[in-house]
Amino acid sequence: MLERHSDFLDVEPYSLNKVEKRERLEHYLNELTRHHYEHCPEYARILNAFDKNPEDDMTLEEIPALPVRIFKEKDMLSVPRDRIVKVMTSSGTSGQKVSKIYLDKETTRAQTKCLTNIVKSYIGSKRLPMLILDTPLVKKDRALYSARGAGIIGFSMFGRDVTYTLDEEMNLDVAALERFMDRNGGERILLFGYTFMIWQYFLKELERRNINLNIEGGMLFHTGGWKKLKAEQISEDMYRERLQKVCGNISVHNQYGMAEQLGSVFMECEHGNMHCSIFSDVIIRRAEDFSVCDHGEAGLIELMSVLPSSYPGHAILTEDLGICLGEDDCPCGRLGKYFKLLGRVQNAEIRGCSDTYGR
Amino acid sequence: MSNLEKYNQAFCETFNIEAAALPELKYQDIPEWDSVGHMTLMAALEEAFDIMLEVEDIIDFSSYAKGKELLKKYEVEIAE
Repeated sequence: MLERHSDFLDVEPYSLNKVEKRERLEHYLNELTRHHYEHCPEYARILNAFDKNPEDDMTLEEIPALPVRIFKEKDMLSVPRDRIVKVMTSSGTSGQKVSKIYLDKETTRAQTKCLTNIVKSYIGSKRLPMLILDTPLVKKDRALYSARGAGIIGFSMFGRDVTYTLDEEMNLDVAALERFMDRNGGERILLFGYTFMIWQYFLKELERRNINLNIEGGMLFHTGGWKKLKAEQISEDMYRERLQKVCGNISVHNQYGMAEQLGSVFMECEHGNMHCSIFSDVIIRRAEDFSVCDHGEAGLIELMSVLPSSYPGHAILTEDLGICLGEDDCPCGRLGKYFKLLGRVQNAEIRGCSDTYGR
Repeated sequence: MSNLEKYNQAFCETFNIEAAALPELKYQDIPEWDSVGHMTLMAALEEAFDIMLEVEDIIDFSSYAKGKELLKKYEVEIAE
């Protein structure tokens, strides 16, 4: 069913104002709601329990959001099993069940297309020499294939001379790094990795060895969440500044997304704000009654994406807290809502709303 | 080595398959041609033909046959 909006995936990702965007998003998301209602019995049961009729055109706020937890507890599919080409699993903290996201060819293709469009708007259309701040093990051992590996492989499309900076034991591969800089010094460089691993195994190690890469112009994208860094009381400013000190002239961009909605990622701009592209949206909700927060008011993050068609993940309620700062008026010039992440909710709080959906 | 031989060799070595299976081969038909295998194949082709593929073409490279067509853009003609 995604062919119907595949042209949309080529539209400039931050180019629609709130009126134009809402019109497109509501159209696609209502279409997806009907599709999942017809093809995923679990999803239909949830909609029925909420007295929602998929034939009605709902507003973005009215479309029910599934708690992410549901993908850990149930197999949610909207296509026959033989169409599934990949089961994505979330990396899941120890002791927790992992999410299983069922992907068909169409959905994986749309995810790639969407990610490409978003990333290109930041780095341009030329592939850049690229450092992956991780171990090549993530691509060697396919049994390890998880959101972490998928993220790296997905992003490595934008690079050339793709070089892994950590060895299989997570030690900094200084020789590989030096050879890379000899080959590519003076060029714009792309760096990608996972937030905490960059901090722990790349940044700290460069600092300890007193190495400066002297990158003349580059962009570092990181993803994976702030949880562990928060425990170490590392602020976003500190993270960026210390990376710039060892890397050189680079901008640092946090990329927010979920295994449940790969592709339609949220990217941090030059002003430190997370941005929704035209392929996704964020709704901040009050935990007590799930009503919609005002701009500037903190709450639970609901995420919407036009991509998920093989599984009903087009509207999901995360276990993250955030605050929407505004829409269409970020000083960086990108249109769409922009927001800040505030971390995770406590387990106990979220269990309440998950139970609600279990009716 | 002809361009066809180079093209086939990139596939055969990346996916460890016989040339006879190539004409019908599509992305994700075999476990080896997943997203990881795809990037390995792209690197092998870039090296074999000394070209740099655009991101769009990496995405559109959905089968053995489609790839032949895409490479024409890079002045790589693969004659049968």
